[in-house]
Amino acid sequence: MSTEPPLPTAETDMVADVAIVGGGLAGLSLAAALGTAGVRTICIDRDSPAHQLEATFDGRTTAISHGSMKILEGAGVWGHLNGDAGPILEIRVTDQNRPTFLHYDHREVGDQPFGYIVENVVLRRAQFARLAELPSVTHLAPVEVASLDRGPAMATITLADGRRVRARLVVGADGRGSLCRKDAGIGLVGGSYDQTAIVVTVEHEFPHRGVAVELFLPSGPFAMLPLTGNRTSIVWSDKSAAVPHYMGLDDAAFTAELQARIGDWLGAVRPIGGRYSFPLSWQHAERYVDRRLALISETIHAMHPIAGQGLNMGLRDLAALAEVIVDAWRLGLDVGGTATLERYQRWRRFDNVSLLGVTDGLTRLFSNDIAPLKLARGLGLAAVNAPPLLPLKKLFMRHAMGVVGELPRLVRGEPL
Amino acid sequence: MSQTATTVDPGEIQRFSAIAAEWWDEAGKFRPLHKLNPVRLEYLRDRICAHFGRDPLAPQPLKGLRLVDIGCGGGLLSEPLARMGAEVVGIDAAERNVKTAATHAMETGTPVDYRHTTAEDLVAAGETFDAVLSLEVVEHVADVPLFLDSLAALLKPEGLLVMATLNRTPKSYLMAIIGAEYVLRWLPRGTHDWRKFLKPSELAAGLRATGLTVREVMGLVYSPFNDAFRLDARDLDVNYLLWASR
Repeated sequence: MSTEPPLPTAETDMVADVAIVGGGLAGLSLAAALGTAGVRTICIDRDSPAHQLEATFDGRTTAISHGSMKILEGAGVWGHLNGDAGPILEIRVTDQNRPTFLHYDHREVGDQPFGYIVENVVLRRAQFARLAELPSVTHLAPVEVASLDRGPAMATITLADGRRVRARLVVGADGRGSLCRKDAGIGLVGGSYDQTAIVVTVEHEFPHRGVAVELFLPSGPFAMLPLTGNRTSIVWSDKSAAVPHYMGLDDAAFTAELQARIGDWLGAVRPIGGRYSFPLSWQHAERYVDRRLALISETIHAMHPIAGQGLNMGLRDLAALAEVIVDAWRLGLDVGGTATLERYQRWRRFDNVSLLGVTDGLTRLFSNDIAPLKLARGLGLAAVNAPPLLPLKKLFMRHAMGVVGELPRLVRGEPL
Repeated sequence: MSQTATTVDPGEIQRFSAIAAEWWDEAGKFRPLHKLNPVRLEYLRDRICAHFGRDPLAPQPLKGLRLVDIGCGGGLLSEPLARMGAEVVGIDAAERNVKTAATHAMETGTPVDYRHTTAEDLVAAGETFDAVLSLEVVEHVADVPLFLDSLAALLKPEGLLVMATLNRTPKSYLMAIIGAEYVLRWLPRGTHDWRKFLKPSELAAGLRATGLTVREVMGLVYSPFNDAFRLDARDLDVNYLLWASR
């Protein structure tokens, strides 16, 4: 924090209501949501858009829940996907070699898909297209942040090229190792799972019919997520020590390993594009806000991809933050003031803590081979299928769809 | 760059910046005003927009309107109104307040025309406005009829006047004097003189004498459960807002 005399705004400074540090999926979505409402927003991004759209930049896919889809729709991003999103019509959760599984069909909770599987590169392209339409948004990329000064009245970001950005509020969307979070001295609580995820896309012989499968193997969960066409995204979590071996296999041997886990319901599979690996851990920030600073998405929480909720949590953060910002901004109030920031933190903390807890529990429950736990999870999975527990199952499904809790206007499908 | 940068001596910026930080600290000694601010700004925005046929949810809904904020203090109303697009003149009889507000506007890059002057002097200079705002001021004024005459004279023919003040009731004595000054210590003792508070009927009569008609009186009620104020047309016992026009 600054104790220096205040800096007057210079002619050459770029002035905005909100400056977002980090141009990942969460940061760009927030810029699109704020820009749609007319809030002057500057998004500072380390990587150039061209580089981010290269095939090697990010081979991951993202599960977009129904609620997240609504957020992206409200931010004007969803239309730019031009339908390049695989709808999830059924979710099957199953144990190794176990015929009974937990079966979620979207028709049990309405006529909407549970969500969609979208390739990150496709989502990014849609976001760039949306930002280009918004006159109140400036996307600065590629450029690094050199320093951050958060004063009582304004925050000043000095860029590596010497330019200055002045804003009432800085939003940290700069990922797990967030410099914004470190600047505010906000600590993390967290742990590691000793698991690493291998991410790969496969092409297959038979259609997937919109079915997502979560297969719980003793070494970690193995997820099959339907993309558009006859393509499926695989998120294969395994013991970290075993992963270098799989990553180093030649194509034929790697394909055989995949086929053995996927089974034959998709016919013959063939990996397309690269293989990527990501060590898995969870973390949660002690606070989400500080003077003239709000943190969102992975800067404040990271979780196991077991429930496919990582980006969805981040998108709900930004929907809540965008709403408190726009409510203050429409009255000319301080978008980086204490009241605005406290409202955001109160709103999001409860939801995030509950989901982190549930996900951590699921991971520990399923990633092992202890006999009593195997029995317990078998019973647990079967039990939620039992008729008396159907309301509980519906609640789980609505959670998966991202439509539980005090919903931001964007999640409810209303304009900001 | 704000229009007011020239009114503050560069040597004084640091001093006034420190005072401004106090005024704008939402948890500091002006906390009650910050608690009042969202609801009174919403009232101002919505009534001004309705009067001039504008959409209050559009960006910069007050663009093109000229407003004067009488008794602007540290600029807690003037600056947000300017951010909503209005051309704002903020005046205060205390020079320290004007310099404080101007320093803050310079820091945030908000254009507000702050002046160390009085409503009477603005009238003498022949200035007129689309909206005249006098919030939490009339209860401190020595000559109420003269003050109301000046407010009316500053209004353009189609303009509107918005005022906020405290009612003179037993409840306002308990809440605004005993509660706010002695129990909660939100305000320094002696901030308010209960005998100078005006009942809505008295204020309406005073405005009628200047040729203005009160169009609405709205209560402002503090709710301790969510620590916030809200509008309530049926409860005018303590804080109330009104608007008037010719």
